[in-house]
Amino acid sequence: MSHAAVAHEPVLEPTESPLTPESWGKLGMWIFLCADAMSFGGLLAGYGALRYGDPTWPRPSSILGIQLTALMTFLLICSSVTMVEALAAIRQGDQSGLRKFLGLTILGGIMFLCLQAYEWNKLIFHEGQSITRNNFGATFFILTGFHGCHVFSGVVYLSTVLMRAFRGAFSAHQSNGVEIAALYWHFVDLIWILVFTFVYLL
Amino acid sequence: MTVHSPEQLAHEQRRYLQVFAWLAVLTAVELAVIYMPIPHMAIAFMLVVLAATKAALVALFYMHLSVERRTLTYIALTPAVLCVLLVFALLPDLGAITRALTHATPPAVEAEAHH
Repeated sequence: MSHAAVAHEPVLEPTESPLTPESWGKLGMWIFLCADAMSFGGLLAGYGALRYGDPTWPRPSSILGIQLTALMTFLLICSSVTMVEALAAIRQGDQSGLRKFLGLTILGGIMFLCLQAYEWNKLIFHEGQSITRNNFGATFFILTGFHGCHVFSGVVYLSTVLMRAFRGAFSAHQSNGVEIAALYWHFVDLIWILVFTFVYLL
Repeated sequence: MTVHSPEQLAHEQRRYLQVFAWLAVLTAVELAVIYMPIPHMAIAFMLVVLAATKAALVALFYMHLSVERRTLTYIALTPAVLCVLLVFALLPDLGAITRALTHATPPAVEAEAHH
């Protein structure tokens, strides 16, 4: 690289992220999550517009199993706790704690997906619900399916973080990778809180 | 991220468990609310408040917005504000699409449902 280019570099691009001084990746994740929140917001608003004022719309609790979904909600909240514990562990330099809690978080995500698969299987093949039958089915399967895709992506994402953890990529001074993955996972939990309330309970 | 002192970390971990307890309790309250013998609008209002509280707890303490710079909180709130605006923008259409679909062509919808 020429001297001129080196001299210009700090002017062209600040070395420190303006809002999250510890890493650019974190700012990037926040911006992605904002965009993603708007996707969910659009779906939820569309669901509201279709449902409101429709007298034929069934009461969700008469079709959906609330107990099972309450358990799924509890699972996701637990996996959020294990995720913050994983981050707290690596901030103290505790490698085995990081691996243990990351593993538990991934397990929580997989259990959630299994319960969702069970729920969908019951609704589609035993109770005749479908995405094309009515607006209830269309909004239900799109919203929970989109969220399920996020949980699946989160499980894959956290698995790669776990693999990096096994290779010793993180330490007390270098925990940004874990923190950014944690942001994504908590966001998925946050969205489920809203989906659970608006689609299952309301 | 800066390295935290052990006291700070212990305090943080206590906070995480407190937030977990609140989330669990609020979820239980939500489940209780839907069976309460009060008008559905009141139930809906309580559920929205409870869900917003839970979402705020997760964002503030698990996503650490409470200790981040204030501007990041504003950025994170932007989608929520936009979604509320979207709901208002959709107000004239609320229910209209469904009504049109369910009342204009009930036989077709019913016929499909039985196949």
